[in-house]
This record gives sequence, structure tokens and C-alpha cells, in this order.
Amino acid sequence: MSQYKLVRCNINGKDVERMVDVRASLTDMLRNDYRLTSVKKGCEVGECGACNVLIDGEAFNSCIYLAVWADGKHIRTLEGLMGPNGELSDIQQAFIDETAIQCGFCTPGFIMSAVEVLESGELYSREELRKRLSGHLCRCTGYENILNAVEKTMKRRHGIPVD
Amino acid sequence: MVVGNSEVRVDGYDKATGRTKYYEDRMPAEALYVRIKHAEKAHAIVKSIDTTRAEAIPGVVKVLTCFDVPNIPFPTAGHPWSMDPGHQDVADRLLLNRHVRYWGDDVAVVIAENEVAANQGVRALAVEYEELPFVLDAQEAMRDGAPQLHERFPGNVLKHTASRLGDYGAAIRKPGLIKVEGTYDTPTVQHAHIENHGCFAYAENGHIVVVSSTQIPHIVRRIVGQALGRPWADIEIIKPYIGGGFGNKQDALYEPLCAWCSTQVGGRPVRIDCSREETFVSNRVRHAIRIHIVSWLNPDGTFAARKVELYSNQGAYASHGHSIVAKAMGSFPQHYPCPNMECDAWTVFTNRPAAGAMRGYGMPQASFADESNIDDCAKAVGMDPLEFRRRNIMPQGFHDNFSGNTNYFDSFRVCMAKGAALIGYDEKRREYGHDTGNIRRGIGLATFWYNTAVYPISLETSSNRMQLNLDGTVTMQCGETEIGQGADTAFAQMAADAIGLNSYRDVHVISCQDTDITPTGLGAYASRQTYVAGFSIKQTADILRGKILDYANEITRQAVSNMDIRGGNIIRRQDGSVLMSLKELAMTAQYNPVHSEHITAESTYTIRNNAYSFGCTFAEVEVDVAMCKATVKRIVNVHDCGNLINPALAEAQVHGGMSMAIGYGLSEQLLFDPKTGKPLNNNLLDYKLSTVMDHPDLEAAFVQNPEPTSPFGTKALGEPPACSGAPAIRNAILHATGVAVDRTPINPHVLFAEFSKASLIHDVWQEKEGSKNV
Repeated sequence: MSQYKLVRCNINGKDVERMVDVRASLTDMLRNDYRLTSVKKGCEVGECGACNVLIDGEAFNSCIYLAVWADGKHIRTLEGLMGPNGELSDIQQAFIDETAIQCGFCTPGFIMSAVEVLESGELYSREELRKRLSGHLCRCTGYENILNAVEKTMKRRHGIPVD
Repeated sequence: MVVGNSEVRVDGYDKATGRTKYYEDRMPAEALYVRIKHAEKAHAIVKSIDTTRAEAIPGVVKVLTCFDVPNIPFPTAGHPWSMDPGHQDVADRLLLNRHVRYWGDDVAVVIAENEVAANQGVRALAVEYEELPFVLDAQEAMRDGAPQLHERFPGNVLKHTASRLGDYGAAIRKPGLIKVEGTYDTPTVQHAHIENHGCFAYAENGHIVVVSSTQIPHIVRRIVGQALGRPWADIEIIKPYIGGGFGNKQDALYEPLCAWCSTQVGGRPVRIDCSREETFVSNRVRHAIRIHIVSWLNPDGTFAARKVELYSNQGAYASHGHSIVAKAMGSFPQHYPCPNMECDAWTVFTNRPAAGAMRGYGMPQASFADESNIDDCAKAVGMDPLEFRRRNIMPQGFHDNFSGNTNYFDSFRVCMAKGAALIGYDEKRREYGHDTGNIRRGIGLATFWYNTAVYPISLETSSNRMQLNLDGTVTMQCGETEIGQGADTAFAQMAADAIGLNSYRDVHVISCQDTDITPTGLGAYASRQTYVAGFSIKQTADILRGKILDYANEITRQAVSNMDIRGGNIIRRQDGSVLMSLKELAMTAQYNPVHSEHITAESTYTIRNNAYSFGCTFAEVEVDVAMCKATVKRIVNVHDCGNLINPALAEAQVHGGMSMAIGYGLSEQLLFDPKTGKPLNNNLLDYKLSTVMDHPDLEAAFVQNPEPTSPFGTKALGEPPACSGAPAIRNAILHATGVAVDRTPINPHVLFAEFSKASLIHDVWQEKEGSKNV
């Protein structure tokens, strides 16, 4: 088997292709080949969630997902959430407004899991949200404000008033 | 006023869009990979390293071993340099070590063109060791015949200090005293910031530049210079945004090795990126401290005498060394003043990873021991633990001669009263504590003592530079570092008020420190930055204001004394009329063909004050006796950290500390194989960091007594939230079950043993069996 393989995929709405080392993780490909540096490395074995991206709408730890598996897939990273003129999505704005960001290193992964939650259209209880977000580790926030940001955005999308 | 508002973070947008650059995001594509060979022995001498196989691997550029490094011992602690050799940190490090002192010690590096080759090279190194006996426990390491780690420290004792008050020996002979004795054990834990430490180094115009994930760029410059035997000015440290630090990055970690590796490959860029496994073992950990307390109580529940012995497990290298247990020991006579005290603290080398600074700097350990003992004392005299604390805790007006600190506001009692009201302590204390079934509820509290910054033990200095921009905004550089806590935002708020600007958005804080450019500061530690930067921000703002008003005098012909800067305008004091905007002034000053001036200010302030920062935690637990599991149902922290610069950020910082404290109390612990000394759980799966499932909502409250020594009325908040959570949980478990657990983490393994000893588990099983039979 050749060490390199062509990977065609759609990243943040754009069709792209690149020869990729078959040993590379999706994290490596996104960071090194596409300079999508919001994809963070905290453990590289699927424990911390910092590298989380959406693959065909589903949240994955990209560090334990081979780059070659991304062939034909739609991948979304945090970079893809921002509008063309720098507009923030509601969940990004909520992370800022709720003081859910401190060092910022776990933030991209958390926000992408939040996107998965929000796009599911489900109205989760706070306890269910905890479960949905439990694949992410954060050492700065105690998760409190992150949970608030996701819960409030979810409720707003369902037309439920929040304080 | 901008100070006191919950402004959004200045770096919020970039962090919410993933745009913020951390060290690895700035990596030159051509950087060579340095990967480290870590010893797989807890204690040994390296006899030889065969590098032939590694060097033959395609892509490997160079292999360097412990036989190649310069013989220049250097210290690593992130302390300010002391001109007094007696106060300098212990220089016990080499870049790579022949004498292996812990499992994970650095013995060689492989430099390669790619990561795969570097890792293969490390695996291909054949190291021949002469194995030595090892020791993992501090008190065992003090015994005769114990393995010896450092020639300079026979008996493994890095340092012993003592403090004496009154006459303990005589005081305990008084008849009728009640003796309450305990030995309280805290574990080795790790910071586990989500960004691992890493750095890259390269040569530029004869300088060595290191871009590093560090909390302390200016201190790291000094240490890299020392380690390489080069003038400190030859080194330039650049600190970008970092993904958390919590004290681990308040040490020189791999910057010296990285810089040296670059010099060994002609100044080409080289990178060291710690894996999570390396971060746990080969960076720094929090000291495991065993604290033995003997309290002698008068029948009225006051202290007659106390004896405190602290054994601090330093691990293999000195790092921050004795400073941590010294701070822990220093808290005892102040936290609960007692007329007769004997305190002794030992810092002891063992074959564990090197312990350094970690959020709380000795206080999570001291608080666990002291606050556990306080509850044991209250129980012994039949008093409510809150009442016992009210009676014995530091009184208002208490003055500590060493630090110069005064308890101006009776902070402890005010914080406890607030916390008790918030959580409903009195009712729950009555209601809980009587359960007899499998689920038992309890409520407990703990307080913490803390002080702000490091004066008078070490230098406290802060430098600041401001420049007036052409649009009337101000660019500011601080030596104090943003590590996630929100420092830059707080600095912008303080500067906006100090200068007289409209908004904190009118202050552009240059977040990145570059030691060739940024005014010297010491960095993020000791919960000091908002306090110390406040002085230099105020002083520099005054200089800038003076220059602005002097120039305004030229243009407006109004007396300087009759002008002020408010809301970004120069105004006339007498009638408040706006004379000109800062933008107009800046443009005029810059482009005046006769007198052009770029208006800037820079100054250094030497801080010779300290400030007490106190608070408490109230925790409510539910204990599942059969499962030996304690769950925190509700937890409240109350802090008196002076005036809040940014309440939302302060609250968020408290949440993070509370989460860390819950982990410290219930789940976190780095384990070592007693047979080999090998770390057993140095990864985020087996090391039990709290997830969002593991604790309830976190409640933070504040008492805002303005700190009189600070121009902004502020004092320490960064570390205090991590200090009192674990003992509060322990005391709640005591209330729920009657079982006093004297170690953390209070996980099911520990509770199983404790409940068995107390026959609780046996009882539950009997009940269950009994109910089945019915």
C-alpha cells in the first residue's frame, strides 16, 4: 500500500482534495494540511474532546479518526461556523455572553458538540445535556457556564424564553 | 466607571471562532521534532546508551544523550531571581540525566525530520541501567538506610523549618484538656490543563528564541540562560495564548532542553510537544503532603495548644521546593490563632515526579488537614462546626507581622455567614446527619486562608507600558500573563478607568509577551496579577495622563491643574466642558510640524504590600453507603477578594477552582506501582478528572470588602477557589455517616475500607439480607 492516498472531502462547505499520509489522523490533516487550527490536541487518544469536529453532522474525536476515512465526508470545524463577514453563530455568541470561555483550548470542541446538540432539534433537559457534553474535558470553567450557554441557546432555538 | 462591570473578555471573539493562536499554531513548518527518551526505572544510573540503531533510522537528524549535555546545574522554579545566594532556588537539574531519579526522567533525545522517525528513534535507543533501590513515600525517605536521591541533601531532606509560639510542652500539661489527633494525607495530583506543555526554539541573529506554553516568560528567559550558560539577554521567550497552566507552567519545563537542542542542530527550529502521558509525569505535580495535627482543646472549645507536622513529598527534583509546604505551615498559626503552637515542616525528596506549583500552593493540602481537624475538634467538644469556627477563627483586626497583613473586615465570619444563609446550613445541619438507611445526607463546611502575591518572601514588581494611539485609544503592554483567567480583560478595565477612557475596548492589551519587547513582569502565579498589575497600571496611567495634559496645555492654554481626562476627552474641570477629544490631541501631537510627540508612558512599581484573601465552601453530600460513593448535591463558595474588577469573570474563575477542588476531594490521584515506581494512570481516562457529569451546579458568591492597599481595592482570587472544597466535602461525609476520612481522594476504594472499619457496610448488608428474609 502506498504511504499516501488522495482524500476528497468537503470541509466547511468547500470541496477539497489532498494527498494524505495514510497514517495521519483527521486532526493531523485538518491542522497541518488545511491549517484549521481550531482543532486542538489535548491527548490524541480520544479522551479530552478538544479535537472534536462534525463528520456528516455527527461529533467525532478527530484524533482517533483516520484522515483517509474522511474521503467523501462532510466535515465541519469551528472555523466554518463564522459567517462570511465575521458574524458569530448564536452558540458562539452565547459562549462569549455566558463567560463560558477561559483559556479557550477546549472551546472549539465543545462548541462543535453543542452544534450537534442544537441541530438535532431535540429539547434536552439539563441533565441530558450534561450527558451529551460529557465527552469533553475542561479544567478552567467547571463546565457551569458552558452548560448555561448550550442550554440557553437550545431553549432560544425552541422559542423558550430565557433570562 | 468600567471597573466592576461584567465586560465580555477581550479575547472572547477570537476564542469563540477558533482563531486564537497557541504555541503549536505558530509552529514553523520546517521545525524538527525532538522526542524524549524517558527512563523506565524509578531510580538508576545510566551506564550507557547505544544510539546506533536510532541514528540509522531515516529522518533521524541527531541523537543526544545524558553524556552530551553541559554540566551546568540549574533551578527550574518560577520564582523571581534573588540577588541573595541564600534565597536562590536549588540548582539540581541537568538538561538530561545520568542519575535517573524517577520513572519518566529524561535521559536522551532524538531529533528528527518528522514525528514518526523521532518516536521510532526513541524506541530504538538501548539504555543500560544500574538499578538502585527507590522510595515513594516522604516519611520512608527520611528513615535511616533509605535510598538517597541527591548527594547535596543527605537523608533526602531538602529543607526543614519550624515555628514556635508560646510553650506547647507546658500548655498541654494543663488538666482537663481534650486531645484531638489526626494524620491527614493528600495525594499526588496533576494540573491537567487541556493544552499540554510544548515549545519550539530557533536561532535569530545570534539570539535563541523560544516560543513556549508558559505562565512566566521573563523568568523562563533567565532559566534558559542559566541552563545553557549564556547571557540572559541572548534568550528571547515569546509567550502566545496558552491553554491553561494552573502552576505547572510556572516552572521552566522543556524550554531549556528545547533551546539547547536547537543549538545542537545549527540553530534550526526544533519542537518539543509533550504528550498527555508526559505532561502527567515529566512536567510537575502537586505535592502530596501528610499532615499530623495534635490539637489540645479547653472544655469551652477554644484551643490551648496545637502541634502540626507536615511532610511534603517533593519527588525527584527541587522545583518550587520548600516554599510550598512553608506556605502551608504558615497558615496554621494565622488561620486559627492559638497561644501555644509547635509547627514543623519537612520537604523530602522521593522517586516520584517533581512536585511544583499547583493552584493553591500548599493551601489545598493545609486546608484539608486543618479543616478536617477542626471538624474533628468540634465533634470532640460537641459543638456545631460552624460555631466552633466562629469561636476560633482569625478575629477581625488580626495582624501578621511578617507579611504585614491585617484582617480589616472580619472576612471569615462574614463569608461563613453568607455561605450558611445561601445553602441553608442551620436547617440542613439539623435535618441531615440522622439517616440510618443506605442513602445518608450531610452538610459540611471548610474555610481557607490565603494571601496575595509573594511579598515579602520574594520580589514583587510590575512594569507597564502605554502608548496613546492616533485614534485616542491606548495600547498597553504588561508583563503579567493571560493564561485563561481573564487577566487581559481586567487589565483593560483598570487602565480605562485609570486613564479616563470611555470603554475597556479603548485599551488594546497586547496579550503576547515577548521578553525582548514586553516590559519585565514575573507572570501568572500567587494569585497576584490583578493586585500587582493594578499598581503599575495606575502609576503608568498617571504618567500618561500627565503627558497628555501637558500637551493639551500647549494647545488649549488651560492650566494642567484645571483639566482632566474623562470618557476619552480632555475636559475643563471648572465647568466640565469638553476641550478636545483624545483623538484630536493624539493627531495634533503626532503631526505637529513644530513639536511632534508620540505620547507614551512606562514605569515599574515595586510592590511592598500583601493582602489577605479569605473565604469558605459549604457542601451538601449524599452518601450511598453500599456503593461506598459520595455525591456532591450542592456546593457554594464564598470569597472576599476585595472589589471585583469583573464579576462575571470572577465567578467563572471560582467555578473552575471549585471543580478542581471536587476532583481533589473525590477522584483525582496519580498512582504509582509500589513494586516498580511506575506511574499507573498518567492519562485522562484513568486519572479521574471531573467531567460535567461529576458535580452539581457550582454556586459562587462574594463579599466585596475593598482591599485598602490596592488602588482598585482588589486582592487574590485565582487560587483560593481550589482550597476549601475538598475538606468541606469530607466534613459533609462526616456529618452524613459519622465517618471521618483522613485522606483524599475520598473515592469508593477509600470509603469501602472506612465503612468496613466503621461496620457501616456490614450493617447495610445485614439489613438487606434481613429484608429479603422477611
